[in-house]
Amino acid sequence: MFKWLHPYAKTQAAYSLSQRLTPWFAGICVLLLVPGTLWGLLFTPADYQQGDSFRIIYIHVPAAMLSMSTYVAMAVAALVGIVWQWRTAFMAMIAMAPVGAVMTFIALFTGAAWGKPMWGAWWVWDARLTSELILLFLYCGVIALYSAFDDKQQAGKAAGIMALVGVVNIPVIHFSVQWWNTLHQGATITKFDKPSIATEMLWPLLMNIAGMMMFIAALTCMRLNNEILRREQHRPWVSALLHDRRENQNAV
Amino acid sequence: MQFDSLSSLIAMGGYGFYVWLSFGVSFLVMGLLVIAAKAERRNLLKTISKNQQRQVRIQKARQNGQSAQE
Amino acid sequence: MSQLIKGVLQRDLAIAFNQKGELAQPLLFLLIVVTLFPIAVGPAPETLQRIGPGVIWVAAILTALLGMERLFKQDYLDGSLEQLLLSGVPVFQIVALKSVVHWLVCFLPLLILSPLLALFLHLSMPMYLALFLSLLLGTPLLSLVGAIAMGLTVGVQKGALLPLLLMVPVFIPLLIFATSAVESAALHLSYAPQLAIIGAMLLCALALAPFATAYALKVSQH
Repeated sequence: MFKWLHPYAKTQAAYSLSQRLTPWFAGICVLLLVPGTLWGLLFTPADYQQGDSFRIIYIHVPAAMLSMSTYVAMAVAALVGIVWQWRTAFMAMIAMAPVGAVMTFIALFTGAAWGKPMWGAWWVWDARLTSELILLFLYCGVIALYSAFDDKQQAGKAAGIMALVGVVNIPVIHFSVQWWNTLHQGATITKFDKPSIATEMLWPLLMNIAGMMMFIAALTCMRLNNEILRREQHRPWVSALLHDRRENQNAV
Repeated sequence: MQFDSLSSLIAMGGYGFYVWLSFGVSFLVMGLLVIAAKAERRNLLKTISKNQQRQVRIQKARQNGQSAQE
Repeated sequence: MSQLIKGVLQRDLAIAFNQKGELAQPLLFLLIVVTLFPIAVGPAPETLQRIGPGVIWVAAILTALLGMERLFKQDYLDGSLEQLLLSGVPVFQIVALKSVVHWLVCFLPLLILSPLLALFLHLSMPMYLALFLSLLLGTPLLSLVGAIAMGLTVGVQKGALLPLLLMVPVFIPLLIFATSAVESAALHLSYAPQLAIIGAMLLCALALAPFATAYALKVSQH
């Protein structure tokens, strides 16, 4: 089933694949994110309850959704790396980590900026905000653990275990925080019922979610290639690659 | 178009500060991520090719030294 | 085989009880943290009762982090950890044993001390009972999960706070359920569900954590 994946365990194959994919991801990202954001900001009608502040949804929801999925993707990469002993998988995992951390940060920041006008406070211990904050800790843990080791091969494995422990824990965190929050729910916070979103508001949101996905994919490819170059700089194929590059530059 | 003038677009019905702040910061951070990745790649390519050229020079010097000895 | 396991157990316990000062340190730390809270927020019994369970649990987690260093670090530094890994005993058994020893050394005294802490913070009898049960079920979880983080960072020189960063996300659900059990007890409600969840988490950790720690040790031994 996964036979098609195996050739990409080789760093060279992975490099050339992600080199080929990056422009596509980046292009589709721009094509979706720019019109989606403009549509969301300029053309969708204001929410009857929240006015124009609801437009933050077009950046908040994609970031929040994808921060979780990026973590799961990281854990999948870690599992692949541990089960099949692929160095490339660990590199992909660590390439994703900062991107996911930035997504989490964006989700938290926009959540705060949305909460201020809606709830009257920059930060409330809302269940989703809290679990997002813990997710940020998890990302920081993985990144810090990776950078603590000098031997990056070892670092990848260690960070991989951490990512897996975290992913087992994510549902537990999610439900516990939800439960904790309903227990402690203060009267000041009025929870909005989630109304089914109108289609004219939904389309730009879907575009932004897809665009953000492409952004993460493109960034992951770019960072993966950096990682591969750094770790494999003494391999012959890297020298050949650089040699070709130099000659091309000289020819131009 | 939901807004009839630029000022009403910026005001966002009174929520301008929050909306523009969140969009601004988000795209700024995303932009920084892209710039960092690109700069890293440029630096890497530069240092790797420098190292390689150095290797080539060392090899050449060695060969010259050997031929001189002979 | 079992001879070796017995030997490991005896050795670790002997080492722990030889260093009596170090044995007492976490307990003193716990006592001091718990004493500081009434001084900081005022001695009113209602307030103390309100924050008491949380204070004791947070202090217990901090104490756990403090004593966690002992789990593998010394054995790693003097090389006996490597010998153990090479001895042929399955690594997860050694790890499980070390977690047990850590619990005995670090948390059993805490449990014995807990009536005093409950007295300090004016916990009522049902509250104390819930606290004791939650500590009884929750602290082995701290030992088991903490072992993963310590195993990962055993070879790392820099970053003393790294284990903290790794463990805190895992401890948060435990903290939530444990304190909510005590709160339910304060309201004379049943706290069996919370304890059941903590028990489930403990059993999961018991099944998975030793293997994760064994792999972590293997990774960081290179």
